[in-house]
This record gives sequence, C-alpha cells and structure tokens, in this order.
Amino acid sequence: MPTWLLRQKYLIDFTLSSLLRRRAKNLGLLLVYTLIVFVLGSVMLFTHALRQEAAAVLEGAPEIVLQRLVAGRHDLLPASHLERIGSVRGVQKKEGRLWGYFYDPATRANYTLMVPHDRTIAGGEVVIGAGIARTRGLARGDFYTLRGQDGQPQTLRVADVLGSGSELVSSDLMLVSEDFFRRFFGIAPGLYTDVALTVRNPNEVRKIAEKLTLLLPDTRPILREEILRTYDAVFAWREGIVYVLLVGAVLAFVVFAWDKASGLSAEERREIGILKAIGWETGDVIRMKFWEGALVSLTAFLVGYLAAYVHVYYSDAALFEPVLKGWAVLYPRFQLLPTIDGLQVATLFFFTVFPYTVATIVPIWRAAITDPDAVMR
Amino acid sequence: MLLNPAILALLGVSAIVTLLVGAATAFGLHLLREWDIASGSELQLRLERRTYLIATLVAFSFVAELVSLLLFVYNAEAMHTQFVGAMCATGVLNVNPWGWPTLFLKIAVFFTGAVWLALNHLDNQGHDYPLVRVKYGLLLALFPLVLAAGAAQALFFLGLRPDVITSCCGALFSPESAGVAAEVAGLAPARAALALAASGALVLGAGSWVLLRGSGGGPFGAAGLLAFVVAIAAVVSLVALYVYEHPHHHCPFCVLKPGHDHVGYWLYVPLFAATALALGAGAVAPWRRVPSLAHAVPGEVRRRTRLAVIGYALFYAVATYAILRSNLTMTDVWW
Amino acid sequence: MIELREVRKAFNQGRTNEFWAIRGVSLTLEDNRVTVLKGPSGSGKTTLLSMIGCLSRPTEGRILLEGRALSGLPERFLTEVRRRTFGFIFQQFNLIKGLSVLENVMLPAYPIGRPRGALETEASELLERFALGEKARYRVEWLSGGEAQRTAICRALINGPRILVADEPTANLDTRLSRDFMSIVRDLRAVGKTVLLSSHDPEVYDSPFVDRVVQMRDGRVTDC
Repeated sequence: MPTWLLRQKYLIDFTLSSLLRRRAKNLGLLLVYTLIVFVLGSVMLFTHALRQEAAAVLEGAPEIVLQRLVAGRHDLLPASHLERIGSVRGVQKKEGRLWGYFYDPATRANYTLMVPHDRTIAGGEVVIGAGIARTRGLARGDFYTLRGQDGQPQTLRVADVLGSGSELVSSDLMLVSEDFFRRFFGIAPGLYTDVALTVRNPNEVRKIAEKLTLLLPDTRPILREEILRTYDAVFAWREGIVYVLLVGAVLAFVVFAWDKASGLSAEERREIGILKAIGWETGDVIRMKFWEGALVSLTAFLVGYLAAYVHVYYSDAALFEPVLKGWAVLYPRFQLLPTIDGLQVATLFFFTVFPYTVATIVPIWRAAITDPDAVMR
Repeated sequence: MLLNPAILALLGVSAIVTLLVGAATAFGLHLLREWDIASGSELQLRLERRTYLIATLVAFSFVAELVSLLLFVYNAEAMHTQFVGAMCATGVLNVNPWGWPTLFLKIAVFFTGAVWLALNHLDNQGHDYPLVRVKYGLLLALFPLVLAAGAAQALFFLGLRPDVITSCCGALFSPESAGVAAEVAGLAPARAALALAASGALVLGAGSWVLLRGSGGGPFGAAGLLAFVVAIAAVVSLVALYVYEHPHHHCPFCVLKPGHDHVGYWLYVPLFAATALALGAGAVAPWRRVPSLAHAVPGEVRRRTRLAVIGYALFYAVATYAILRSNLTMTDVWW
Repeated sequence: MIELREVRKAFNQGRTNEFWAIRGVSLTLEDNRVTVLKGPSGSGKTTLLSMIGCLSRPTEGRILLEGRALSGLPERFLTEVRRRTFGFIFQQFNLIKGLSVLENVMLPAYPIGRPRGALETEASELLERFALGEKARYRVEWLSGGEAQRTAICRALINGPRILVADEPTANLDTRLSRDFMSIVRDLRAVGKTVLLSSHDPEVYDSPFVDRVVQMRDGRVTDC
C-alpha cells in the first residue's frame, strides 16, 4: 500500500475510535444531521416521484386536445368541427370526448365522469376508481345512486373497480356509457366536451396546432408537451418553495454543527495537544478531523437518504402527503416508482453535507493549530 | 426565474464559495504584507498557521466547484422539459446568453483551482515556503474567476424564462449556423480526427519525454491544455456522431445520458482529470531552480505526469473504441 | 550535537503583558550524554526544552541540530524533524484515555504511514522490553503510575529518535520509581541515545548516570 494511503488509513482508524469513545456527544449530532437529510430527501424523492407519475400518466394522453371557447369560456364542441379537422394533414386519429365533473354532497368530493373510448360500458353500469370505492364503501355488484341534472336519482350497478396502477389520476374516476352521460348531464347528441387528436410525428405537433387555430378560430389547442412542461415547472416550483422554507432548518443545523465543532471538550483539546506534541502535524490533525466529518456525513447521509427512500416509496410519504399532494378530497393511494438520480443526490449533498462542512472548517482549523508545547505548560 | 432545489443549491454554493475564496484572498493579502519567513515572532507563527486555513478553504472550494460543475450540467439536462425547443442541456444553456459563459467559467475555475493546489502542495515541501508570493498572487486571479462564475450563473438562472423558445443541439451545432459552436461542429470530421490524433501524439509524446528524461514539464502542461481544447472540439465534431450513430447529432451533453452507456463519463472524467494534472505538472516544473524545491520538483512533476498520461491514454482509447464500435459508417461521406 | 546561540523567547509579544521566558541562552549539548536542566519552576527549563525539542521556535537567536539551523523552519518542517529526531516524555505522561497501551505507543508513527504489521511488531517488542508485554491490550487508564510512564517511554521511542527529552519525569513518581526511571535513562544512554531532562528533583540531578547539569534561573543559564 502506498504511504499516503496507509497514512489516511491510520487517521481513519484513529478518528473512528475517537468517535466511538465520544458516542453520546456524537450521537446527538448524527441524529439531527440524519433528520435534516431525511426531511430534505423525502421532499425531493416525493416530488420527483410525483413528476414521474404525472409524466407516466400523460404518456398515454393525446398529443393535442382541442377545446371550443365561447366568450373565453370552455364550451361544448359540435361534431361538425370534428369533420373539418379531418382535412388537417398529419393528424393520425381524432375522437370527440365526453367528460365532466360531478359534485357528490355525501362525500363532499368532486368525481370525474367520463365516457371511455377503449371499453364499452353497459347502460346501467359504472366503473369506479379506487378512491370512490374506498370512500363510499362500494364493491363490484353494489348499486350506486346519483342525482342527475334534472333532479332525478339515477341508479347504476358497479361493474368494476379500477386497479391502483396509476391511482393518482384514476382515483376519482367514474366511467359510464355515452347514453347515460348525455342523459345525466343533459348534453344533446352531436356535442362533445372536447376533441383528442393523435399526431404521428412529434415534431409536427406545433405546426398542426397552428393550423388548427387558423382553421377553427373558436378553438384552443392544448398540447401534451405544454401540460408536461407546466407540471414540471409547478412541481419544481413547489419543491423549491418547500426548500426555501427548509433553508431555515438547514441554517439552524449549521449553527448547531458549528457549535458542536467549536465547543471541543477539555478532554478533546488535551488529546489534540498530545497528538501535536508527539509528532502530528497541523495538517495531520486537519485531515483526521476531515475524516471525522466525512464519516459522520456519510453515515447521516446514507441513513437519512435510506429512511427518506423508505418513507416515500414504502409508506407513501405518510408525513407530508397532505401538503404536497392533495388536490382532491380523495387522496390517491398509489405505489410510487422508486428511482435514484445523480441530480437529486448532488442537490441533497449541497443542502446537507456542504453546509455542515462549511460550518466546521474554521473550528477544525482552530483546534488543529493548538500549540504543540501546550501539553507541557 | 425558475425555482428548483438544484438551482437554489447552485446559487447558494456559488455564494458561499465566493465568500470562502474571498476570505482566503483577503487572508492571503494580509499575509503577503506581513510575511517574514526569517522571523521567529508570534505574528509570523500566526501567519504560518493561517496558511493552513487558506489552503483548506481553497481545497474545499475546489471540491465544491467540481461537484457544482456536475450539478450544473445535470440540472441543465433535467430542465430541458421546461423549455420549448430544448431536448437536452444544450438547449437549456441556450435559453439566455449566460448559459455557456457560466459553464466555461466553471471549467476555468476548476483548472485554476487545480493549478493552485499543485503549487500549494509543492510549496509545502520547501522549508522556506518560496512560492508564497506566487501562490497568493494566483489567488488574486482565482477570486475574480470564482466571482465571475457565480455572477454569470446568477444571471443565467435569474434570466430563465419558460416562454423562451430555445434552440437545441440540432440547431446550435449544425454547420450551417453561425458562431463558435457551429464552427466547431462544422469542422470536417476527417480533419477533427487528424487534429485529435496529432494532439494526442503530442501530449502523450511530451508526457513520455517527461517520464523518460525528467524534464519538459512546462511544455507538457501546454500540450495538455491544447489536447484538452482539441479533444472537446473533436468530441463535438467527431466522436459524438459515432456515439449517437447519427451524422448530424453534435452534442457534448447527450453522451452523458444512460442511453449511450454513460460513455460521456468515460470520456470526460479522464480528460478533465488528466488536463488538471498536466496543468499542475506544468505549473510545478519551472520551480526546480529554487534551491529548497529542487529535491521535490522532479518527483512532483513525474507523479502528476504519469497520472496525466494514463488519463489521456484512457480518453483516447475510449474515444477510439466509441468510433470503432459504432454502427455508423461514413466512408462514402467523408473519406 | 545541538547548539544554541543567544536564544531568546518572548510570550505575548507586543502586548502589555509581554514576557521574556528565555533571555539569551548559548549552550552546546553533546551527543550520547545525559544532561539535566536544573532550576526552580519559572526558570525557563520547560520553555528551553520545548524549543530544543522543536515544539516551539525561539523569538530570537538560533538553534542548530548537527549544524543545520532549526530556528527558521516553519512548524510543518519542525514537526518533520521532531518526529524523526526527538522522543518526548511528559510530566503528566499524557497518554490518550480510552485507547489501549499498544495503540498509545503506536500513535506517533501514524502520520509517517509505516506498514501496520511492522509497526505493531516493533511496538510490541518495545513494550516487552519495558515489561509491559502483558498489558499491551489494556486501556491506559488501568495502568499504575510507573507503568504509565514506561508506556510513555515506549511511545517516545517508537519512531527511533536519537534524542529523548523528558520534562520533570519524576514529578509524579515516588523515590523507588524515580530510581527505576534513572536506570532506564542509563540503559538508553548505553544504546547510544542522547537524553535531555529538566528537573528540580535531587534524585535526578544527583543521579550517578547524569553527565552534565545545567543550572538555570530567570531565563538564563547560571552554571553549566
């Protein structure tokens, strides 16, 4: 082994035994440190997972959704529009969609009613999302009564409950037949909520959107990439805000670390004095202390990150679900997809290990320049 | 401005590193005024002890800047979804005029820091600290660089507007457009290959000369810098094409993506490390005439040169492998 | 050989409580001799000892080791010289609690980075020589006063120094242990070491194993 490596090994050995000798003092620091990593790591992993989830959900969404506007408000779109779109080159598929919201006073929640395209649902039946099933205590075969736009109660049989695969969006979903939908909301045949367009070449999306606005001036195209971009920005922004709030916590931690590092006990001071007297150089002491910081940081970082990982991916971020996620009363319960990426780890590093190290540089240096002859006085 | 944790971290780190290097520079200036190595006074002892703090601050800032360089690129890569027209880091750096200067300044800080640390390491082996003035003079150059990198980065992030339509690697590195990037990309791949081979031969040759003859560290440092510039240009104009297997995709960042077996790391990590070491060797070599350093310089130069040569060799090997392995054949087009 | 030329040392220089602990000492110390710095407390023995042992630097004057000037060296190089040339035995022994006897002995060698196996063998041999072989794995706080001092002597010898420096070595020992210590000093001299002691204990300066006594008072040598 080369000499410099051996030297580092000796220093690490010494600092490890010295950390263990002062277990009680270091445990407090380690705990706070780990907690900081845990909280910041949880926020980060959670928002990252949400972003991914949203992206995964939108993966299957149409490239362009066309809405009709009347006086600046979203309005129903006549079938004649659909035919006119047919002449735009590059549009692979187009379908008029029917969907809307329904407020259920019993659970005080908004449900999304939708007529699915990929499955047919019989007239008196409904397929519900897992969230609705949970809150209303419904299972397959149960009957479910809602009050329609004309005030008449309508009863549906629950044909199926949607799986929790992507519960984030399907939690509050009710799939119904077209007949039922039109009757329930009083929408005349030939009118649609909006139109979904599939475009073959993603590079043409913008061009097609441009053509559509010229062809149908009373409509507004919504691009999938725009939604994705907005989601991304919104999630990043929310995460940023939480981090700004947490900067206070990080600062408190820095002060704490500074205090711990500069408040050496008489015993520790004596030890450093002895080391210097028996032939340790200032640089050796700094390196030794650096290894101490590295060991503490590594432990705190690993434990904190692991705990955050478990918290987010295996306990559904139980601690702050309500803050970051809730946009509906029916909290979706879903399994996030576990991932680790360099950007997150590097960012987390800069929010935890970096400030800790900054806080300890000067105290470490102060301790290291102890007079070598101090022990003789 | 866009707010996300990585941006917050980068801004915070730049601010703190600027402060630390600023403090180190201030200490350094004070030290230069009072320094008297022959004195046994308590003041001189305090100054000598302060050099440990300065060195620690600079070393720490150097590591922080290195990690933040990585984070900056990762973050640019991750933000491409938020800008129309951006498909990777290139597009994001193009959103406003401060993206590229930030990257270049960060790289400059990295190399200057490496040189400073090499000089410091050497100086610590001369019993009369003969390079004190050189070292703290160089700090005066490092500080403005750090400051400029931090300022450019702040301007870049503050000026990020999501409604800007940017142009990405396809447009920026296309030979038809104007600018340095386009000229680099427009370099005929055959000429790029030739330049890469020539600079490689030069730097490896200079390195071998240093290892065999024990002299010529300075020229090796210069050759290293040249090799670095040529290598980056060649990655853009030549290697990237083979990695992406696409005759018009010139991008220095996409090679870092997992889709390309992380080949970018295998290219950039050895290249950056080797260049930092070569510059260090070049900075150290001229001091062999200082009596108190005469014993240390040859070893220092040799050690750095050996590692640098290994790094360069690795880079050229990976670049060659990337070209040979590729399914892209350009025989009819270029040769 | 160690030469001191007009060595002076000040504390709190430039402040109102400025104090000159050593006020001009010139002295030559031969190799392979046992020299005792004798004098009352406050006479500057310890300060002088720490300067000779490269623990601190003189404010003025020069110290030469084998003709090489040490006084102008920065701390970094003084440390380098110190850990290869000098071994220290302190009045309070200054062992690190919580570590074993063996680890304490090996501590001065850590920054040198010698291979662990060789270092452990050497430390064990030293402990064996000073009758501490069986206590190598004990924690140092379980040792008696005499054992603690012998551990400190082993620690001082681990890097193979030519010169041993002991500051008031018998201050915490009874008469029997003090005599034991002086016989160790004799043995060290016999193997070619130079020994430098500071003491105001007659057991030390009147010992037959001492070659030379340097009398000090108020920061000056009064008799040598």
